[in-house]
Amino acid sequence: MIQSLGRYILLLRLSFRKPEKFTVYWAEVMREMVSAGIGSLGIIMIISLFIGAAVTIQTAFQLVSPLIAKSVVGGITRDSMVLEFSPTISSLVLAGRVGSSMASQIGTMRVTEQIDALEIMGVNAPGYLISPKVIAGVSMFPLLVIVSVLLGFMGGYIACFSSSEVTTDDFMIGLSDGFNSVIITVCMVKAVVFGFIITTICSYQGFYTKGGALEVGQAATRGVVYSCVMILLFDLIISRLFL
Amino acid sequence: MIEIKNIHKTFGEHEVLSGISANFKPGVNNLIIGGSGSGKTTLLKCIVGLHEPTEGDVLFNGENFTDMGFEERVPIRTHIGMLFQNSALFDSMTVEENIMFPLNLFTNQSKAEKRERANFCLERVNLAGKNKLYPSELSGGMKKRVGIARAISMQPKYLFVDEPNSGLDPMTSILIDDLISELTEEYQITTVVVTHDMNSVMGIGDHILFLHQGKKWWEGSNKEIAHTDNKELNDFVFASKFMRAAKAKL
Repeated sequence: MIQSLGRYILLLRLSFRKPEKFTVYWAEVMREMVSAGIGSLGIIMIISLFIGAAVTIQTAFQLVSPLIAKSVVGGITRDSMVLEFSPTISSLVLAGRVGSSMASQIGTMRVTEQIDALEIMGVNAPGYLISPKVIAGVSMFPLLVIVSVLLGFMGGYIACFSSSEVTTDDFMIGLSDGFNSVIITVCMVKAVVFGFIITTICSYQGFYTKGGALEVGQAATRGVVYSCVMILLFDLIISRLFL
Repeated sequence: MIEIKNIHKTFGEHEVLSGISANFKPGVNNLIIGGSGSGKTTLLKCIVGLHEPTEGDVLFNGENFTDMGFEERVPIRTHIGMLFQNSALFDSMTVEENIMFPLNLFTNQSKAEKRERANFCLERVNLAGKNKLYPSELSGGMKKRVGIARAISMQPKYLFVDEPNSGLDPMTSILIDDLISELTEEYQITTVVVTHDMNSVMGIGDHILFLHQGKKWWEGSNKEIAHTDNKELNDFVFASKFMRAAKAKL
């Protein structure tokens, strides 16, 4: 465990060495941003719309007291989406989509000697392979989370529109009522931290793969599982620190 | 020239290489041969720095490579070309991008100059016009040739080749061997080839190092190998009926 942590930290140090040529690395960053960001947009849109709608319906179902204003449903949906569902659930999904792809890509490069080929050329392989992924992760995940939050609200709005429990006007009032900007800070901190966790853990698992196709699959699975556990742990830590 | 001095390599309790010393001269085909598990690929990886020797030194033109850190090794590494057993081409790049990759990172050439160099390297390995193909669209022999083209793109002083004939038919094997030999002579490269292919040994083995049980067992040329009385080397070289028949005719 301690040995793995040490190797993980050393790999991160190597990953952020000065690049051999900035333009080549920049092109890789752009490529990874498109892959992680644009490539994940579809799944994030779908899950956010459905989660937003489901949270709104379930909250409205539980708030049956005539003493509680219906607009509270909007407020609860907003806080749930911003604080938990958008950053955490999206990141768990992205760990499966982006993280497993990163681990298996780097793992395959390892077992087919492509990483050795980079090292022979004098390329800092961790820097070339991992740093663009980490930069793409920490920059694109917050954007994906913002999209997720907005689509979650839209899902809630659609749910209100299509049912008689809460009116869309009440929902919209609830969204803006009692807004505390700290929830946006928490949301963005979570997105950045989770982006870092997923990209670094999955890259680490891929980079130290040994063997063949079976081990590449195992590395990808380990990367996703460890990322998910760390996301949930840091979800708790960040919530405790900020709220 | 490459000098290796008293190379030892241990994995855990298991000693894979035991005190190997040799000199590899430029312009000749230096072959490291031996049976499976004899330590030849480990020795090659120790020379190029993919493994750190447990003990001993590797010197490139008198400079001690083993003592150098990552940054210090880069200038030497830019003079190293390597062909891997499975070619190790970058899957996500075309043939041309593979060849231009080291040029992009380590030279300030214009795109036109890099493309010209890539075309020259492809012509040199008889693959002109295959620039836009991806590695998945190439045969095993073509991949090896693209691997060689990438290895020579930076005009290396040192060329390392790991099992160039594995998985190839005899005709393509000879083609690859001839190509390595021509490049070595033409550009006076210090070439080190790891192989257990006897056709390569007899065809291009100017200087041969035979490893057995992690030790240097024999050193000589392909002209001397047929007349050696070294039992282990004889067992290895004349393992096939074809080689035994050829020896009987000598």
